[in-house]
Amino acid sequence: MSTTTDPDTRPDGFRLGMLINDTRYRSYTFQFIALVLLILGLGYLISNLLDNLARAGLNISWAFLGEPAGYDINQRPIEYTSQSTHARASMVGAINTLIVAFLACISATVIGVVAGVLRLSNNWIVSKLMSVYVEAFRNVPVLIWILIIFLAMSNALPQPRTFRGDDATSSMLFDAIAVTNRGVYIPSFVNGAGSLIFWIVVIASIVGVFWYRKYAKKVLYATGRMLPTFLPSLGILIVPGLLAYFILGRPVTLEYPELSGFNFKGGIHLRLSLIALWFALAIYTGAFIAENVRAGIQAVSKGQTEAAGALGLRPGRIMNLVILPQALRVIIPPLISQYLNITKNSSLAIAVGYMDITGTLGGITLNQTGRAIEAILLLMLFYLVVSLSISAIMNVYNNRMKLQER
Amino acid sequence: MASEYSYVRTDFLGESPPPARETGAIKWMRENLFSGWLNTILTVLAIYFVVWLVVGVWPWFANGVWDADNLAECRAILDGATGACFAVLSDRWTQMLFGIAYPADGFWRPTLAFILLFPSVAPALFAQYVPRKFLIATALYPFLAYWLIWGGTIMIPIVTLIGLIAAYFAFIRLERASGFFMGLVGGVVAAAIIWYLGGFVTDAMSGFLALPEVASRDMGGFMLNMILGVVCVSLSLPLGIVLALGRQSSMPIIKGICVIFIEFIRGVPLITLLFVANVVLAYFFPPGTNLDLILRVIIMITMFSAAYIAEVIRGGLAALPKGQYEAGDSLGLNYSQAMRLIILPQALKISIPGIVNVAVGLFKDTTLVSVISMFDLVGVIRGPILSSTDWTGVYWEAFGFAALLFFVICYGISQYSQWLERQLQTDHR
Repeated sequence: MSTTTDPDTRPDGFRLGMLINDTRYRSYTFQFIALVLLILGLGYLISNLLDNLARAGLNISWAFLGEPAGYDINQRPIEYTSQSTHARASMVGAINTLIVAFLACISATVIGVVAGVLRLSNNWIVSKLMSVYVEAFRNVPVLIWILIIFLAMSNALPQPRTFRGDDATSSMLFDAIAVTNRGVYIPSFVNGAGSLIFWIVVIASIVGVFWYRKYAKKVLYATGRMLPTFLPSLGILIVPGLLAYFILGRPVTLEYPELSGFNFKGGIHLRLSLIALWFALAIYTGAFIAENVRAGIQAVSKGQTEAAGALGLRPGRIMNLVILPQALRVIIPPLISQYLNITKNSSLAIAVGYMDITGTLGGITLNQTGRAIEAILLLMLFYLVVSLSISAIMNVYNNRMKLQER
Repeated sequence: MASEYSYVRTDFLGESPPPARETGAIKWMRENLFSGWLNTILTVLAIYFVVWLVVGVWPWFANGVWDADNLAECRAILDGATGACFAVLSDRWTQMLFGIAYPADGFWRPTLAFILLFPSVAPALFAQYVPRKFLIATALYPFLAYWLIWGGTIMIPIVTLIGLIAAYFAFIRLERASGFFMGLVGGVVAAAIIWYLGGFVTDAMSGFLALPEVASRDMGGFMLNMILGVVCVSLSLPLGIVLALGRQSSMPIIKGICVIFIEFIRGVPLITLLFVANVVLAYFFPPGTNLDLILRVIIMITMFSAAYIAEVIRGGLAALPKGQYEAGDSLGLNYSQAMRLIILPQALKISIPGIVNVAVGLFKDTTLVSVISMFDLVGVIRGPILSSTDWTGVYWEAFGFAALLFFVICYGISQYSQWLERQLQTDHR
């Protein structure tokens, strides 16, 4: 190849000097050097690693995952006892991570959107209040917020025993929710006979609402006739579920938390560590999302609002049909990275003793087995997979929302 | 102009004032606070919230006890009234600022280093207002600060500095003569020679201008956060630029290495990297090496922030019009010249807000080192202060102080970045 490319200036073909002087070949030289350096560097690190492991009498082995863990986990979304394996413990931790990340993502989005919109409001006092919120939470480490919320809740909330007796100083909200310094107890569902059908009906009616809205949009685009959406959606959502509930003879009941002994029994126990982590992440990240939302709305030029107004749209419609769709395009990419931040920051659980995967695999399992390299490698792999999946899912959504260009 | 008709007015009537509801404070309030029913509800709620907050917090703050030896004494002084126990601050403020092990007679050293930080970064931060030659102070500062904080003979930083200067001049000479790559090699060789020779000089003069040495593990408190933040941000900036350029490169292998590094680091939480620094990193060094924990943490945090800075700078590079790259090529500049003279100055300017965001985020994330039992500000509060029998339970005061310190620094940095953005804006809007 090289002999034929440029006969005028390179009559005698390839020379060794061209490897460094000719821009066509120099990149190959550089890449080769970089690759050799990388391999040498990695080789050096790995040989050090093997050397150190041999000296310490250690080896790389994954057998510890199959051994009994021997420790308890206080929040168990799946079956787990202290006799279960380390792998099972890591899985419990992973699910706990996902639970808190999911809860925090949703609440942070709600908080962020509300704060971002309110910060732009004409109302002077409200917008100033929101600026104070955003600046105060953005400029203080999230770890400090987690610790403050955790300590404040565990010190200020009433103990379970204050709920007892005739002279109880604390009482449950609506007789269903107990807020104590050991956590919050909420009612849980108890599935009786026929409950499966009931849940299927509920899910089907949710799907039905989406289907109806899509249909209404299609009719709107095809004929220009606007079908009512709010009441029919509400009807589709509630009526079939209610009918199924009574026809099947109340298959699903609520189990209320009750005070027994020194603590509450029954219902779902949301631990303080979960709540502190959830609130802190939501409020902290909400401040960042508020800034993104504000920037997104401000990125839509004022002419759009005025044009929509000139077409005779009502303010609500202007927001829904004109401003938000355009603002979303600006908001979603930074929103994705905020979701990733929440997931990664949820590893701060270890500071308040919430048993997420950093607490199980990277904490107790690591300390008990001494398998630091393996445990941390698995831990990183887990976060990497979660991060990449979140960004993949959100990128698909982002591409759908993107401006359709020719 | 007297009129002949008596019923025609001859003098002009003065303007009547606008209605009271359309002027001054009332108009402003009507427009900004009570313009609709929703707005009115929001205003009332907001005012209620502010009043509730002030009524709740003010007595706590005003009744604060600043002089007591422990929590019990605080409560005795308060005698049942609501009040903060700020005595924890007056009792333990040195621990919060300098850690638990820094020698008390040396507190002036980090304090002086902190005060000197401002005049030395000023030439870099306020380039328009401070003459360029003062940048020398910025360059000298790291060596001075190292000597002040860690102690030991001043020869160590001086030899390091001379080595770097020699490397710089060797680089300049050789780069003119035979290109960027040879310049780099020459610089490294020159520095190595100076440092090797300087080792003997340092050994011989180990008492010269020596301050008492302080071990790295004795660093703590807010000082540790400042050290980690300043060092890691400064180190990760050049590394981030290199990574960003590598990711933009047309060479697939170099690009691949950079992409994998950046995406891997960005995909994992900082805590896992700190775990690596704590328990794993030592395995990767030659047997017998004993790196300080603080040094290992600096390595990992620097890698962490370099990956984020690289992404910010990549955004800046991507935002430049292609014509800028082509202009560099058509002027006959080679890669390093084009980057140095044309591309990077513009790309970095666009990236400033992003870089500052990363820096602020990183500074806040330095509190995570408390998880691997280093006694930074949060670590000192959680460990020695809140677990001591004297001060268990004064978390609001202690963490509030920590939050205030971080807020002041981070808010200051972000205000500076907004100011700089306005200064650097060259287009007319």
